[in-house]
Amino acid sequence: MPAQLYEVDPIAVRDEIGKERLIELWRRMLTIRRFEERAELAYRAKKVAGFLHLYIGQEAVATGWYDHITPGVDATVTSYRCHAHAILSGVDVKELMAELYGKATGNAKGKGGSMHFFSREKLFLGGHGIVGGQIPVGTGAAFSLKYRKTGGVSLTFLGDGATPQGTFHESLNMASLWSLPAIYIIENNQYGMGTACHRANAVDSLAEAKAVGYNMKAYTFDGLDLFASWKCAQEVVAEVRRSSRPVLVEAKTYRYRGHSVSDAGLYRTKEEVERYKRLDPIARVQQALQDAGWLSEAEANAIDEEIRARMAEAADFAERSPEPPLSQLTADVYA
Amino acid sequence: MLDASTPLAPPLKPRRALDPKSEPINGYRGVDLGDGRQLLSMRMAICQALYEEMQRDPTIVILGEEVAEYNGAYKVTKGLLDAFGPERVIDTPITESGFTGLAIGAAMTGLRPVVEFMSWNFSFVAFDQIISNASKMCYMSGGAFPIPLVMRGPNGAGPRVSSQHSHAVEAIYSHFPGLIVVSPSTPYDAKGLLKTALRQNNPVCFLENEMLYSFEQEIPLAEYTIPFGVADLKREGRDCTIVAVNRCVHWALEAAEELAREGIECEVVDPRTVKPLDIEAIVRSVRKTNRCVVVEECYRTGGIGAEVAAQLMELAFDDLDAPVQRVTTTENPMPYAANLEHETLPKPHRIIAAVRRACYRSP
Ligand SMILES: Cc1ncc(C[n+]2csc(CCOP(=O)(O)OP(=O)(O)O)c2C)c(N)n1
Ligand SMILES: [Mg+2]
Repeated sequence: MPAQLYEVDPIAVRDEIGKERLIELWRRMLTIRRFEERAELAYRAKKVAGFLHLYIGQEAVATGWYDHITPGVDATVTSYRCHAHAILSGVDVKELMAELYGKATGNAKGKGGSMHFFSREKLFLGGHGIVGGQIPVGTGAAFSLKYRKTGGVSLTFLGDGATPQGTFHESLNMASLWSLPAIYIIENNQYGMGTACHRANAVDSLAEAKAVGYNMKAYTFDGLDLFASWKCAQEVVAEVRRSSRPVLVEAKTYRYRGHSVSDAGLYRTKEEVERYKRLDPIARVQQALQDAGWLSEAEANAIDEEIRARMAEAADFAERSPEPPLSQLTADVYA
Repeated sequence: MLDASTPLAPPLKPRRALDPKSEPINGYRGVDLGDGRQLLSMRMAICQALYEEMQRDPTIVILGEEVAEYNGAYKVTKGLLDAFGPERVIDTPITESGFTGLAIGAAMTGLRPVVEFMSWNFSFVAFDQIISNASKMCYMSGGAFPIPLVMRGPNGAGPRVSSQHSHAVEAIYSHFPGLIVVSPSTPYDAKGLLKTALRQNNPVCFLENEMLYSFEQEIPLAEYTIPFGVADLKREGRDCTIVAVNRCVHWALEAAEELAREGIECEVVDPRTVKPLDIEAIVRSVRKTNRCVVVEECYRTGGIGAEVAAQLMELAFDDLDAPVQRVTTTENPMPYAANLEHETLPKPHRIIAAVRRACYRSP
């Protein structure tokens, strides 16, 4: 059974968000996009290596949710597809770009790379490389926030491909059993690498069908629509703060790029990708801003230019930064 | 002991390379060179072993992430879905613990499963199944339930993939009685050893290497197998023995070339299987050279080098003219930065320094 999609009235949500805040949300999404495009360019120029999992197409999901939390009070954690979550946590893009370049000025001093961004200050508990590995970690953050009575909630982001892992089921059970303020957001971009979601999951609706087994509430929203993401997040975050009951959420989204940069993409058709590109979450918010008369095309272009310049500057900073000294090799193995 | 049926290993370097424009670079068919030899890459040699054994034995099934429709994340299983169908080549969800345990149960009830880990890093998700079930089932059932299971996939550091994706697991899995640990460095060895793995009844950790998948070699067209526990001399020399495993064999050979220029002739011994370990072959070489350097991608503490050094002390104490040297991955998670990664791995420059130490030459 397909899930019931969380319904929103786009005009009402637009007006509730308001002009300044909506421009800011659009700017954040665009920042994520331009950061990653720049990273992709650097990868092709062999400045960045290893894996590079891009979030392009999925920006509305994390952007909507981070707008209702306070990074540092609330905790977040995600998979290796972590650039957006780090940016939204408030980490400086220069530091992130330098990490991609493997430089001493990087977010993890050049030790982590693309999959492992972190921020202790913002309680961004990282990008994690093992599928499903972050889910108990996010659950542990919820446990701690509750224990310490901080009022914080934890947001655990995961892919559709991670829901079959044992860690997912073990986490949901504990979170429900102990009423932890934990929100699990499945970013269902419809593929785990080359495996379509339905080839890896026995049910259609990942949140709705699975939450019942753990006595949890579930929500499903259109992850390509910022308004749906934002409104659903507003309701769920408020509810979890109030009730300290965990919630399972599924965002129906799509990634426009390959799984990582090297992916021939033979498991999906060009038409399918094109169809989803017409639903580009960033372009749609820009359209909404224009329709409301809140942002002209010229103003939008000016902001875009400014963001691109910031990314060029970040790349330049990364380029000019020194490599980590060899003395760093065994530093930080132990605290 | 060398099996009489085992032909001598072919030269490492092929006479020519595969031409990607007109010849396959993956799949199970090598390029017939017309003289009883075929040219293929490591990934093709592994694929060919799987193909031939699946043809021979209908109880072999392959399970893993992306092994079927995607033809393998590293294209090692290319063509097998088409050849054997979806009943035998099965895409799994991302559930390492689940499908490894499932394979163990299937192995207990008449099948001979092959599990592919997209990389051995993800075998840790299945660690409990491998250790608590696969490694002990035969023993704790009084021999009633052997586990004919092959677990395979790339092992060791990939290119710049950082901490969670760069483990070499030879030492970890060798620690447990009941497991066989195979770690081949060439297409010839990989094919022969994988065929052996698919004809015996113990759980095998078959450790490949992403960085060697495109390594090409000429191997016999005729069928052959290579027994477990038989080392191969990858280079002869009189001055210093280098015991090296998997990708490190190639780094050791590189180092040996360089050292030869300064008059140090190294003998490179490739154990091919870390468990069982052909310690006799290592001792034989050390009796000749009186020096030994062990090179591996595992960590120093409890690594292969620690084991070889201990056994040499027990078996060849009087033959050693210098302490055994170990060149391992340094004791830190793999860093992402290129320069740090370079220093972490047991690359030729570190091997050269270790051999010089063993030979009491100035660094
Ligand atoms: C335990 C484990 N198994 C396999 C992998 C290899 N792998 C990395 S990402 C991925 C697909 C994950 O898909 P999904 O959870 O949907 O996340 P997405 O990449 O779509 O964001 C796989 C199989 C891994 N990193 N960890
Ligand atoms: Mg996915």
